[in-house]
Amino acid sequence: MTDDSTGRIEIDDLSIAYGVNGRRVEAVRRFTLTTTPGEFVALLGPSGCGKTTVLNAVAGFVQPSNGTVVVDGEPVQGPGADRGMVFQQPSLFPWKTVLGNVEFGLKMRGIKKTLRTSRAHAYLSLVGLTGFEDAYPAELSGGMQQRVGIARTLVNRPRVMLMDEPFGALDAQTRLAMQELLLDVWREVRTTVIFVTHDIDEALFLADRVVVMTARPGEIRDVVTVKLARPRAAEVIATAEFMALKARVFAQVREESARVLPGRRR
Amino acid sequence: MRFQNIPTPAEVLAEAVDLFGTAGFYVHILASLERIWLGFAIAGALGIGLGLLIGWFRFAEDTLLPPIELLRPIPAVAWVPLSIMLWPTERSSIVFITALGAFFPIVLNTIHGVEGIDRQLVRAATSLGAGRAAIFREVVIPGALPSIVTGLSVGMGVSWLCLISAEMISGQFGVGYFTWVAYGIVKYSQIVVGMLVIGVLGMVSSVLIRAIGARCMPWLPRRVKDGA
Repeated sequence: MTDDSTGRIEIDDLSIAYGVNGRRVEAVRRFTLTTTPGEFVALLGPSGCGKTTVLNAVAGFVQPSNGTVVVDGEPVQGPGADRGMVFQQPSLFPWKTVLGNVEFGLKMRGIKKTLRTSRAHAYLSLVGLTGFEDAYPAELSGGMQQRVGIARTLVNRPRVMLMDEPFGALDAQTRLAMQELLLDVWREVRTTVIFVTHDIDEALFLADRVVVMTARPGEIRDVVTVKLARPRAAEVIATAEFMALKARVFAQVREESARVLPGRRR
Repeated sequence: MRFQNIPTPAEVLAEAVDLFGTAGFYVHILASLERIWLGFAIAGALGIGLGLLIGWFRFAEDTLLPPIELLRPIPAVAWVPLSIMLWPTERSSIVFITALGAFFPIVLNTIHGVEGIDRQLVRAATSLGAGRAAIFREVVIPGALPSIVTGLSVGMGVSWLCLISAEMISGQFGVGYFTWVAYGIVKYSQIVVGMLVIGVLGMVSSVLIRAIGARCMPWLPRRVKDGA
């Protein structure tokens, strides 16, 4: 299921500002980033730094104030199935079964029932949810719901999968298991991933490149290339190489967080 | 208080056995059931349809909601005189009153249901390739369904209230008419039988609405369904 020809995202000089109570808030400033097809990029920064806004611009949910977002040569005009989003809250349709949720995108494309059921089954098996086809989302744990969310997005074969702190609401154990599962799935279904997180370990463990953002307005502070060998297992976070990267990123994130929460001086 | 006129349970039972042995009593029951069914069906179709439009489309809210809010405080019974003048037959004027009473809770609950839909689900649908029609069909309608069923349930109660009131004021058939006539001819046990029949029919129709609602919403946990 490897396809390295699509998923080139060019974000050029992106700035986004919006009005809140008559005040103009600048969320993102002069953000420029190009991903190669099949690359895993993490956006890391303090909360409120505009990393989700960058993601929303690629998804087409918000319009840039300045700059452009181009996916495989096509400027982003609005939301579309070629840029699938996995939200922090799984946002599954409560009235659809697991199978119904995963089939949704295929149904929107007018694909025949038998074909979409067999494809949905394949992606459910990929995320380890075979046997849960007829369950409703409310009957699943948070981690399982998020796995449905990933399957629901990937079944559309998007050019890019946009992930907005998808594991942020999960407990530490489940989160780790989900990170490993995501890497396994990504090895099978090679698609570009942009992954927003404020968790340094998570960003370094998952990504090929980690984009460290400044406090609001979000600008790129640093881009860290993570050369840790793949496939990666959880043990990698104890290696010296990982520690060195973490120290470098940690210092930067700490400085940026301090700008958001002033008052404590060291 | 004048309890001496109140019939005993035995008298009521005997009266009920008598009444259910005559064809005439069924005419009253069928007349009421026909009116409630027609009135409720009209209210349901209009209330759900308009409620979905008003809840989802801004222009519909701006144009349709103000007149609804203006008419809502007028009790359905206050419409009886105008309704008799307005409609050609007694049947149609009573159906109108019944529909009017049920319409408001249905339309308002539907609007409430649409407005309560999680916007994130709409975003999720668009990023999965859903267009405007698909969002309405796949997200808005099922998302509002629990509130719609609540509205139907409340509306069913109100429509019985309106039906019986309208039948007591005007009309020549119906359980409400029967009960009022029984009072006029001093048949106390018939009054009580009439009231009990109204109670049973009202209860059965509520149970029916809830059962249908539960069938349509298999995703809701049992506990929530029972509370609807």
